[in-house]
Amino acid sequence: MVKITKSKIDIQQVIESVAGLQSGGIDVFIGTTRNHSQGKKVRGLEYEAYEPMAVNIMERLVRQVNETWGVRASIVHRVGSVPIGESSVVIAAASAHRDEAFKACRFLIDELKRVVPIWKREHFEDGTVEWSRQSHEQVESQ
Amino acid sequence: MNITLKLFSIAKDLAGFDERQVQFNEGDRAEAVLRHLAGLNPRFEQWHSSVRLAVNLEYVSNNHPLQDGDEVAVIPPVSGG
Repeated sequence: MVKITKSKIDIQQVIESVAGLQSGGIDVFIGTTRNHSQGKKVRGLEYEAYEPMAVNIMERLVRQVNETWGVRASIVHRVGSVPIGESSVVIAAASAHRDEAFKACRFLIDELKRVVPIWKREHFEDGTVEWSRQSHEQVESQ
Repeated sequence: MNITLKLFSIAKDLAGFDERQVQFNEGDRAEAVLRHLAGLNPRFEQWHSSVRLAVNLEYVSNNHPLQDGDEVAVIPPVSGG
């Protein structure tokens, strides 16, 4: 399952979408919105997506982990306003053995942050609003 | 030729619109979109090296030839997750 949604993400539903009797484990990554950035307090966040392209790329990534590691994966990303502490992205990766599930989940979140056209906008407590300037290089060094 | 230009994130803010039909010349390449944007707002120049272009939902290089009816998106550094 690949989805972009304006609603709160149903984490259990994402997990169930990859579950199956042939799975020995499911690795789950949950990205949550935090209350600080660049040393400033954040009071709210919003996400924008170039939805058809984002969905195409995420579907391709899901196919890729299936072909490479035999992993069944789902990615759900939230857009619009996301309250602090809620999930902005949920990735679930199921496989027969845990090693492949961990690898696939890590690959999916890293690639999502590198190439999927989704942007975060932070509303700071001092009233300023900024698109996150996290460059590809910064993402890779985190 | 007629191109649908789509802007996101900081590019949308700098241009002041998110979608527009723009006329380009036959033979123009994707980088013509960046020149067009710099003409709208000189502050685009500082973003030239960090934005990527997508044509019909696929990332392309700046010398990708444009065709009539293409949808060209300007993709500033992404920050999903």
